[in-house]
Amino acid sequence: MDQTATAPRVDADANPDPLVARLRAGDRAAYAEMVRTHGGRMLAVARGIVGEGDAADCVQDAFLQAFRKIDTFEGQAALGTWLHRIVVNAALMRRRKMMARPELSLDELAPVFDDTGCRVEPTYTLLDEPDLAERTEVRAAIIDGLAQLPDEARQIILLRDVEGLSTDQAATELGVSVSAAKVRLHRARAALKRLLEPAFGADSVAEIGAEA
Amino acid sequence: MSKLPMMLTCGEFEAFLFDYVEDRLSGYARFKFEFHIKACRDCRDYLAAYKKTMALGGQVLGAPADPVPADLPDELVAAILAARDNDADGAPE
Repeated sequence: MDQTATAPRVDADANPDPLVARLRAGDRAAYAEMVRTHGGRMLAVARGIVGEGDAADCVQDAFLQAFRKIDTFEGQAALGTWLHRIVVNAALMRRRKMMARPELSLDELAPVFDDTGCRVEPTYTLLDEPDLAERTEVRAAIIDGLAQLPDEARQIILLRDVEGLSTDQAATELGVSVSAAKVRLHRARAALKRLLEPAFGADSVAEIGAEA
Repeated sequence: MSKLPMMLTCGEFEAFLFDYVEDRLSGYARFKFEFHIKACRDCRDYLAAYKKTMALGGQVLGAPADPVPADLPDELVAAILAARDNDADGAPE
């Protein structure tokens, strides 16, 4: 997987994929076509998250979800983008099971202030490094951090920050108000930030570099 | 940090942060937010880490612009389609 690539922007005016109409009609050949067209990319993505052993199961889970939900696919994203989101989510959920850790509470990861409103949680000075995302430790921290977030928090980060939808589009996708989406997204980002800081704070990265 | 009238507390800064990174903050609110950034190192670091968190999600897990698909084994394709047939035979969720 190209680690430096950015999430594509959705094209709301794109013509619906003709394959989608056939899928909705229950055309079995269309299901096979979807699997063969998109399955290889999804398998590569799943391997990057859960490793070789569990990747095929993640892809199967993702396709089953996609088959069930095809009637709700609105064409706001391209079919491949939608499937990418589903397989990433499926792989992160499997990753959580592999980690055998309970889901984390957003409240416990929220910013902390003292009685006068001053920030009191530890802060990190970030290493100014453009290829931070390519560091194995940072990638693992993103994957494990997202895997540990509650479902609602993980889903909105996948829509907004990973897929690149606008906050308004993410709210529509989740069926919540924009104001609710904003609160949910902010709490999710703040929590993920806390989980990532040990991996990308300057001190930690320097230590990783020194050990290498 | 809250003695000057224009000076937000860190807690108030936090409340404006989402709108700031979404570029939805304007006028006096934006001025107060940016004034706080200049004065408070903790919030400056916090904002930088928050933005980095937003970016890293897409960089690590976003759909690659030029994907390299894995070879898809025929057995996996068959298993997926068989699972779909079994699923369709059962009660839908």
